[in-house]
Amino acid sequence: MLQSLRENRRWQGFLLILPALLVLGLLLVLPLGLTVVTSFAQRDVDGNVIYTFTLGNYWRLLGFTETGWDDLYLKILLRSLALALQTTTVVLLLAYPLAYFIARAPQRRRNLLLFWVLVPLWTNFVIRIYAWVMILRSQGVLNSTLGAVAGLVDLPWQPLDLYPSQSAVLIGMVYEFLPFMILPVYTSLEKIEPALYEAAADLHANALQTFWRVTIPLSMPGVIAGTILTFVPVIGTFVVSDILGGRQVILVGNLVQRQFLDARDPPFGSAASIVLLGITLVLTLYYTRRFGLGEEIAAG
Amino acid sequence: MSQPRQSPWLAALSGLVYFFLYAPIVVLIVFSFNVSRTNVVFEGVVNQGPCGPFYWYCELLQNRSVADAARNTLIIAVTSTAVSTLIGTLAALALQRYEFFGKKSAETALYFPMVTPEIVMGIGILVLFSALFGWVNSMLPPGLRLTLGLGTVIVSHIAFSIPFVTLVVRARLHGFDSRLEEAAMDLGAPPLTTFLRITLPLIAPGVLAGAMLAFTLSLDDFIITFFTTGPGATTLPIYVYGLLRRVVTPEVNALSTLWILVVLTVVGLSQWFQQRE
Repeated sequence: MLQSLRENRRWQGFLLILPALLVLGLLLVLPLGLTVVTSFAQRDVDGNVIYTFTLGNYWRLLGFTETGWDDLYLKILLRSLALALQTTTVVLLLAYPLAYFIARAPQRRRNLLLFWVLVPLWTNFVIRIYAWVMILRSQGVLNSTLGAVAGLVDLPWQPLDLYPSQSAVLIGMVYEFLPFMILPVYTSLEKIEPALYEAAADLHANALQTFWRVTIPLSMPGVIAGTILTFVPVIGTFVVSDILGGRQVILVGNLVQRQFLDARDPPFGSAASIVLLGITLVLTLYYTRRFGLGEEIAAG
Repeated sequence: MSQPRQSPWLAALSGLVYFFLYAPIVVLIVFSFNVSRTNVVFEGVVNQGPCGPFYWYCELLQNRSVADAARNTLIIAVTSTAVSTLIGTLAALALQRYEFFGKKSAETALYFPMVTPEIVMGIGILVLFSALFGWVNSMLPPGLRLTLGLGTVIVSHIAFSIPFVTLVVRARLHGFDSRLEEAAMDLGAPPLTTFLRITLPLIAPGVLAGAMLAFTLSLDDFIITFFTTGPGATTLPIYVYGLLRRVVTPEVNALSTLWILVVLTVVGLSQWFQQRE
């Protein structure tokens, strides 16, 4: 037996990956299976789960209630989706120029420029959001700075009412996930051979044509990786909306969290969670099929 | 070819993005010296007690809950990094160097967590543990009840770190020359010796990079910890989140500043060592 194991590379490979598959099976696949089962269950008045099959939780998400149709939960789903798309777009628009700038900087300076993109990530996720509370609140840093400037140049000035609001949530999300886009886009851009730019110039392409026909297509793997690395965490978040939205901006993440911790309705929370997973998987699958698989996720 | 000149507009735009990235951090640090306890408006530099302007830092260091949270955070990060690096590296070796039945599906399964929103994974694990503990505890005497705590957080962190470690190690394995191993075997080295003397030193930078990533992910994690933690297992992010819902004194800013300094020092040192080699 041992002898054949030593000879047989198929078995060796399988044994090496077995621990990883066991851990993921027990802590990802099994939990997801249980979540699906729970989403078809009911709860009793004490919040205990009763395992009788019902589609009720999903109907409730769609808006069918005992008192008629209510689009409360559909609105939450749409709001999360819209906010995730907005965040990803803004992040891409901010990250691309910076990634391009770093990729075309002199070789010896690139690593340092990239290092400074990473440093904010090493502060803590929760702390980064708290910093935005300090900046955006009515008497915060932004308003006092703008107020001081307006006073200097003698302009009328109304403090911005940004916190808590959906705009504050958007700003916080963009801030949280910007580095996740910069890194993979940079990796793609950095790989482009300078000879390609020379060839484009030889063929009389102007700067805009070169950018459109050479740079953008060749940076797509990075853009795809960055988009997934941004979109997936954003659509499921509840922390940013909780802190910067001041409990007014309710996203799917908040809905799920409350069902488990406040409302004590795990079956309904499970259904919402499964719908969230479904939306995420369908969108990322469609996106990767449409534009190719993002190899550069590894860079992030 | 000489580098094409960068457009000044692009440089200015990049400067603005860097400003956006750093403004919040500067604000955090400056407000850690605020005299105002409510910390809404900067009312001047604190100068109180033996610590003077570092008053909030001294308060922080005397805070028992912070010390406990810091200890828990470190225990979780170190343990989960060690285990996930080992398991993730083995998986990377398997995927990069071996052919086996079901390899394609194993690969898909391994990268599935990366497209799963964290909250879905978090509540899934919560559902699993509540079901499991409910069942086990009904058979145990009251003194021996299982609850959520350090153990549940650690295994969850191991689970979400493995795919990232595998991905990073695999990328480094890409250019690996397996003829070196064959040469060692030809010279009579047993498989274990070959692995320890040839394979491991060659893949060490990749393994280290994977471990660094796992460590950072664990330190930074909020969502999965939030759902799998229990009494006595508060981590720093959970502690700060709890404070945010009540009154936030400049102590939190002092904590943030120290956090940044510690991480910068660790990363700076590791970079310095890598450059020296």
